[in-house]
Amino acid sequence: MKLLTHNMLTSHVKGVTKGYPLLIKATEVKVNEVEFQPQFVSRMIPKLEWSALIQAAEGLGYLQDLPNAPISNYENNEEFLRKVHRVLLEVEVIEGCLQCPESGRQFPISKGVPNMLLNEDES
Amino acid sequence: MEDHLRNEKNLRRSKTEKKLLRRQKKTGHTLLRHEGISIVSHPTKCLVVSNGGLGNGVSRELLLELLKDGGTVESILMPPNKPYAYVTYASLEEGQNAQGLLNGRVLRCHDQDITLYLSFVENGKHVGGEVSGSCALPPGLSVWEEFVSPEEEAQLLQAVDWLSLNDDVTVQQELRHRRVKHYGYEFRYDNNNVDKEKPLTGGLPAQCDAMLHRCLSEGHISVLPDQLTVNQYQSGQGIPPHVDTHSAFEDTLLSLSLGEKTVMDFRHPGGQSVAVVLPGRSLLVMKGESRYLWTHGITPRKFDVVPASKDEGSGVVTSDPSNLTLSRRGTRTSFTFRKVRHTPCDCAYPSACDSQRPSSLPSLPVASSDACRLEAQYVHHVYEEISTHFSSTRHSPWPRVREFLLSIPHAALLADIGCGNGKYLGINPQVISVGCDRSVNLASICTERGYQAFVCDALSVPLRSTSFDACLSIAVIHHFSTQERRLAAIKELVRLLNVGGRALIYVWAMEQDYMDQKSKYLKAKRNLENQAGKVSSSPTCTSENSNSMGQHKLNIHTNRTVFVSQDLLVPWHLKGDKGCTEEGALDKAASQHLVFHRYYHVFQEGELEKLCCLVKGVKVLDSYYDQGNWCVVLEKICDL
Repeated sequence: MKLLTHNMLTSHVKGVTKGYPLLIKATEVKVNEVEFQPQFVSRMIPKLEWSALIQAAEGLGYLQDLPNAPISNYENNEEFLRKVHRVLLEVEVIEGCLQCPESGRQFPISKGVPNMLLNEDES
Repeated sequence: MEDHLRNEKNLRRSKTEKKLLRRQKKTGHTLLRHEGISIVSHPTKCLVVSNGGLGNGVSRELLLELLKDGGTVESILMPPNKPYAYVTYASLEEGQNAQGLLNGRVLRCHDQDITLYLSFVENGKHVGGEVSGSCALPPGLSVWEEFVSPEEEAQLLQAVDWLSLNDDVTVQQELRHRRVKHYGYEFRYDNNNVDKEKPLTGGLPAQCDAMLHRCLSEGHISVLPDQLTVNQYQSGQGIPPHVDTHSAFEDTLLSLSLGEKTVMDFRHPGGQSVAVVLPGRSLLVMKGESRYLWTHGITPRKFDVVPASKDEGSGVVTSDPSNLTLSRRGTRTSFTFRKVRHTPCDCAYPSACDSQRPSSLPSLPVASSDACRLEAQYVHHVYEEISTHFSSTRHSPWPRVREFLLSIPHAALLADIGCGNGKYLGINPQVISVGCDRSVNLASICTERGYQAFVCDALSVPLRSTSFDACLSIAVIHHFSTQERRLAAIKELVRLLNVGGRALIYVWAMEQDYMDQKSKYLKAKRNLENQAGKVSSSPTCTSENSNSMGQHKLNIHTNRTVFVSQDLLVPWHLKGDKGCTEEGALDKAASQHLVFHRYYHVFQEGELEKLCCLVKGVKVLDSYYDQGNWCVVLEKICDL
C-alpha cells in the first residue's frame, strides 16, 4: 500500500463519523523507486488531504522536512515535488495494519494488500 | 461449305455452353454469398468443385477418380459438411484442361445424379486448409483396436438371442432407433437406471468371459462388470448424446464395437466436441472425465465423415479438409459392459452427478440476510476458489472500457470497484488508479502486478466521498441478488465521484443475441454444431419451480447457451494450476475438475438505466450494448 492509496482510504465502520485518516501501524515498509514525473505529482497535490499525508509520512519516518501545508509555487520546485513523489509513490507498507481513529477497529495489511472487509454487524 | 458446317456446330455448342455457364455463374454466386469464396475468370491450377463436397455425399475416392481425368491431382481439400471441394492440379495447364473437360460432368453417387461445376479460384487462397477442432481424445478415453479376433466377434454376435427379446414391446418402440438387449441387470429407459434389487437370471453370456478377463489382465478394469447392454444399429440409426447415470454404474465403461465402424461424438459441457472413429472389433474404454462429464452419442446418419488416410483406424476426426472422406455406415453391434454401483457416486464432477446434485438449490433471496448468505456462498467463496484460473482467463480489455479509460484526464483519480485481476488498472498510466475487490486472492494478484488494490465489499467502499474523477464497475453489479443491493452498489459508486466525475458500469445482459448479433459468449460455442441458440436445459429445475414459500429456486445455467431466467447459477469448470508437488498430486487431480456455481442476475434491456434513474444527483450520459453486456456512463451532476 502506497501512501497515495492510504490518502484515499477511510474507515467505513458503521456509526463512525471521524474515520479519517486511518492510523498506520507498519511492521514492514519498503521503498520502491518509481519514475519521477514532476507534472504528474504537481497535479496530484490538490487532490490530496495534505495533513493526512504528513501524518502518515511522519509516522513511518519519511517526512523529509515536508511542511504542514504545500508551499506556494510548488509546481516549479523540483526538490519539493521529489519529496512528495517519494512519500506518495515510493514508500509502501507491506505488513502491518490500518486502524480506525474513532472505533479502534484494525484492518490488516498483508503482502501490501489492506483487507478492509467488515463483518456483517459492522457495516 | 466446311466453314458453314463448323459455324453451325459452334452455334449449337455455344447453346449448351451458355446453359452451363449460367448454372456455373449461379453456383459461383452461391459460393460467394454463403461461403465467401470468390471465383476468378482466369485459369488457375486450383479449382473449386461445386456439388462435389462431403456435404453432398461425395466421397474423396469417388471425386479423385473423376478429377484424375483432368490431369495430375496434387491435392483435394474436402471441408466437412460442405457442398464443395477444392482440387489443385500439378500445373495451370492441367487445371485449365480439367475445367474444360469436367465442368458440368454428372457424377453417379448413391443412386443420385450430381452435376459438378468447376471454377477457378486464386491459388492457395483457400487452400490453407484451416484445421480446427481438438485432436486430443477426451481425458480418460481410449480406443483399443482389434481387441477381439474375427472368430471371437462371430461368437459374440451369435451369443445374442435377439428372438427372445420381444416381451417388452414398448421399450422396443421407444428405442425405434436401434435394437437393444440387456444382461445381468435390465437398464430402464424411464429413469435411466437399473433395478439393483432385481438382477436378471443367467448373468452375462459365457462368450464374453475371455474378452473380459483380457480387460482385467490388461488393466482396463479392476473388477469384472455385471451388466451388459447390447445395441444393434442399422445404417442411419444412432443414440442421443448422454452421460451414463453416475449413480447407476461405477467409473469404467467398456464398449466393444462389432461389425462396421461408426463415429461417436463426445461433448464437454464447456462446448468442446470431439468425434472419434470406432472401428469394428475395437474396444472403447471410458474412465474419469470422459465417463462422468462428457456426453457421448451417435448421430443418426448413413455416412460419416472420417479421416481419409487408410492407416488411421481409430482416433479423432479432425476437420483437416485435406484428409477427410465419407464412410458408409453398415450394421454395428456394440457390447457395453458396466459394473452396477451400490453406493452413491462421489466423482469429481458434481455438475453432471445425480448423486451429488445439491438436494436444495438456493432460492432467490427476499430478505437481505438471505441475500448476504447467497452471495457469500455463490459469489465471494467461488471467486476466492477460482481466482487463479479466473485471472488466467481475464487478459484482454474490452475496447470500449479501454476507450473510456483513455478519455480520463491526466493525473485524474480512478477507482475500479470490483477490479478482479486488475486488467483495467494499467490501461492509462497517466491516471492514478486504485482498485478493490471482494476477493483477497484477486486483490493480491493486482498487487503482485504492481497495482494499488485492497479488499472490500462494493456496498461499503472505504474510500473518501466526492474524491474520484472516474469510477469503473465492470461485471460486478450482476452479482448482487436483490434490486435493493444492486441499487445500493450504484449509489456507492456515485458517492465516490466528484461533481462532473463519470462512472462506467457493465453488467451481463440477458439478451445474448441482441439485434441478431450473437455475443462472443454464444459464438464461442460454434464448434458445437449450432447449439448456440439452444435453450439451457436444467436437470432439476425450471422457472416454474418454486417452494412452499413461493420463492423461486435458482436455475443452473448451461454455459454458452441463451439465458432462460434472470437469476441463475452459472457453472465455472475449474482447471487446476500446473506444477503441483508429488504429495499434492492426488488432491490436485481431483480438484482439477471441480465445478463452482456463481450467482448472476442478468439484466434485461433498459433495466440498468432504470436503476440508475433511481439514484439522485446523476444523469445517464450514454447507454449501450457491448459484447453481451448492458452498459451505462453516468455523470455526477450535484453532491447531495
